[in-house]
Amino acid sequence: MTVASTAPSEAAQGRKQQGNKLEAVGKEMKGARIFIECLKAEGVDTIFGYPGGAVIDIYDELAKEESICHILVRHEQGAVHAADGFARASGGVGVCLVTSGPGATNTVTGIASAYMDSIPIVVFTGQVPTPLIGNDAFQEVDIVGITRPCTKHNYLVTRVEDLERVIREAFYIARSGRPGPVLVDLPKDVLNAIAKYKGLDSVKVRAYQPTYRPNVKQIRRVVELIKESERPLILAGGGVVLSGASGELRKLARRITAPVTTTLMGLGAYPGSDEKLWLGMLGMHGTYRANMSTGACDLMIAVGVRFDDRVTGKTDAFAKQAKIVHIDIDPTSIRKNVPVTIPVVGDCKRTLEALNRMLEEEGLQWDESEREEWLSQIQQWKATRPLAYDQKDIIKPQYVIEKLWELTRGEAIITTEVGQNQMWAAQYYHFNEPNCFITSGGLGAMGFGFPAAIGAQVARPDKLVVDIAGDGSIQMNIQEFATAVQYCLPVKVVILNNQYLGMVRQWQELFYDKCYSCTCMEHAPDFVKLAEAYGAVGLRATKPEEVVPVLEKGLSINKTVLMEFQVEPEEKVYPMVPAGAPITDMLLV
Amino acid sequence: MSGRNGHRHVLSLLVDNEPGVLARVVGLFSGRGFNIESLCVAETIDPSTSRITLVTSGHKGIIEQIKKQLNKLINVLKVHDHTGTQYVERELVLVRVKADAGSRAELLRMVDIFRARVVDVGTSSYMVEVTGDEGKIEAFLNLLKPIGVMEVARTGSIAMAREKNKGKEARNGQN
Ligand SMILES: Cc1ncc(C[n+]2csc(CCOP(=O)(O)OP(=O)(O)O)c2C)c(N)n1
Ligand SMILES: [Mg+2]
Repeated sequence: MTVASTAPSEAAQGRKQQGNKLEAVGKEMKGARIFIECLKAEGVDTIFGYPGGAVIDIYDELAKEESICHILVRHEQGAVHAADGFARASGGVGVCLVTSGPGATNTVTGIASAYMDSIPIVVFTGQVPTPLIGNDAFQEVDIVGITRPCTKHNYLVTRVEDLERVIREAFYIARSGRPGPVLVDLPKDVLNAIAKYKGLDSVKVRAYQPTYRPNVKQIRRVVELIKESERPLILAGGGVVLSGASGELRKLARRITAPVTTTLMGLGAYPGSDEKLWLGMLGMHGTYRANMSTGACDLMIAVGVRFDDRVTGKTDAFAKQAKIVHIDIDPTSIRKNVPVTIPVVGDCKRTLEALNRMLEEEGLQWDESEREEWLSQIQQWKATRPLAYDQKDIIKPQYVIEKLWELTRGEAIITTEVGQNQMWAAQYYHFNEPNCFITSGGLGAMGFGFPAAIGAQVARPDKLVVDIAGDGSIQMNIQEFATAVQYCLPVKVVILNNQYLGMVRQWQELFYDKCYSCTCMEHAPDFVKLAEAYGAVGLRATKPEEVVPVLEKGLSINKTVLMEFQVEPEEKVYPMVPAGAPITDMLLV
Repeated sequence: MSGRNGHRHVLSLLVDNEPGVLARVVGLFSGRGFNIESLCVAETIDPSTSRITLVTSGHKGIIEQIKKQLNKLINVLKVHDHTGTQYVERELVLVRVKADAGSRAELLRMVDIFRARVVDVGTSSYMVEVTGDEGKIEAFLNLLKPIGVMEVARTGSIAMAREKNKGKEARNGQN
């Protein structure tokens, strides 16, 4: 059976393909060719896209370019989610290319998801020729206007002379500072016009200078707070994963013996295998001990988080006894939702490095005996086993995830759809490394997981990639089976089929008198036959004893595999904090 | 000025003089539910840069967010909050006021006191131009109301920091 193997090298590094980069410098060429040269200069070897009239010139050039692999998705939304998954799994920038009008509007959900999760992607959209802009031309849409609030930045290129600079800026802005999606709109006449390719070797954007290095004075104040603290808690978020700070985070936690919780986006930043300090995820469906710890800690060191409402619950009641240190590269995240004692603006990795160094230089360290009271309190909370479930006659979704985790030794890259499936994945698959959990955290876009898995698999051919899906969500981008099969991507899809839009049904059960308005999904395709129709492998488990054999078989096949698990329809995700309640007020089953 | 919406803040932004930049600034305010009381935009002496003077109001945390969010926009070069500093604020207003035999004298007296100017004379109304800071403009308009204000066009405030001097006199020289 094939299971995940550990990553040998930084895939992102290996992707730098210089090729015949220098040959093109100083030559006159069409805008469409400049586009290709810029991608090469950025080390891009894979893009996800879908053609159309406005970008046909680029596709013509792509056909002549061997160093760039174009993955033809089946819907533009899939291209953006795939670029997102690619970026997260590789640590690089994901790229996608679509046509004007409907091609462009189909990217919006993917862009918004990448924006909420701070994922570096560059989206290129075709546009009608500049003289037609504003005339309601065929397939014209103001995509720069539409995406302004959900991109880190966006551009409409109106002169071919600007094309090279703009593309290079787009990549620079996407990956630097707090990363995010950048969109570049390319009118057809610009792609056909001729200009000299300069081969720019550095990019500078006036007035854009992210603060990477933290202020030492602030670090000193953090150290003082750590000295005073008896019940410290570390809260890590997606920023730790994005900045590659999980090594420093582990160092800090162990040096000061502070328990660690993460947000959904931070899963993997701290090893799930650490029995002593790992608390599990925080939030609406967080663990009991993680949520309770936030109420009892006297110091919260929050790193790379933005205190989303799904994490804090009622903000007035959040971490009431704690002084909060908030480390983030984006100043707008700090003091947006919760009051903060010490703000530290800086890159998570550099800041934690500086903090660890200062603690080390001053010989400051706390061992378990010094934290006995705090740690034993946490052990007591842990004994309240709210994540326990009972596997009887009908398959429990939690059981499927737990077995998947065991069979893959926790080493797979997991993507998720949205809903109960996403929360069970977060609760029952225990991650030891960052960049292995890929989910639409901020936007919560159903249909994300499968194309994201495709992108992740392209970035990491060495890894086992599994999309944990719901029966509702998978149907939002199911067409991408054709993509996965065409490119021989051995992505695995685990569908937890509860015949419901389960998470919404759960809210209806708990808060709307079981009025299951429009959440029943009884009418669904035969998923196994559907997989087969696409040329993938389809497997099904209907009884608990079939779960492990189906997983073993599915994981061992080196092809695109869909595994459907017919699970308990009315199973709920617990623990749960009702929306708007204090995060320590948990419903425990 | 402090009201239900917190303090009034006058912000000066230097931004790239490019299409779409104003939309980014305004979109940020509408998208995040921040207030815009007035807005004034024009090119600076450097054609690559524009200045936006924006008047907003909000409590401390909101104003802090507004400034941070503005700074985060790639095309915003500088954000300066004049509030609590020494600055000059001006707004230009055109106002059409009813001017019949009975009210004309009173109107002209107001114009004189506020150092305003009559810029157009019609058979039944005068158009008056006045400049000043917010307080002066509000006072002027309030006094004109009983005479009969027919139409108002306001530019919105513009502002500029005073030169930083050690002595207080220099700063108090004007106004
Ligand atoms: C695009 C989109 N539409 C609607 C929702 C609202 N929503 C959140 S969870 C959910 C149910 C998802 O159903 P399914 O994929 O079957 O997952 P389950 O909760 O049953 O595991 C819905 C409709 C969403 N998150 N995204
Ligand atoms: Mg479902």
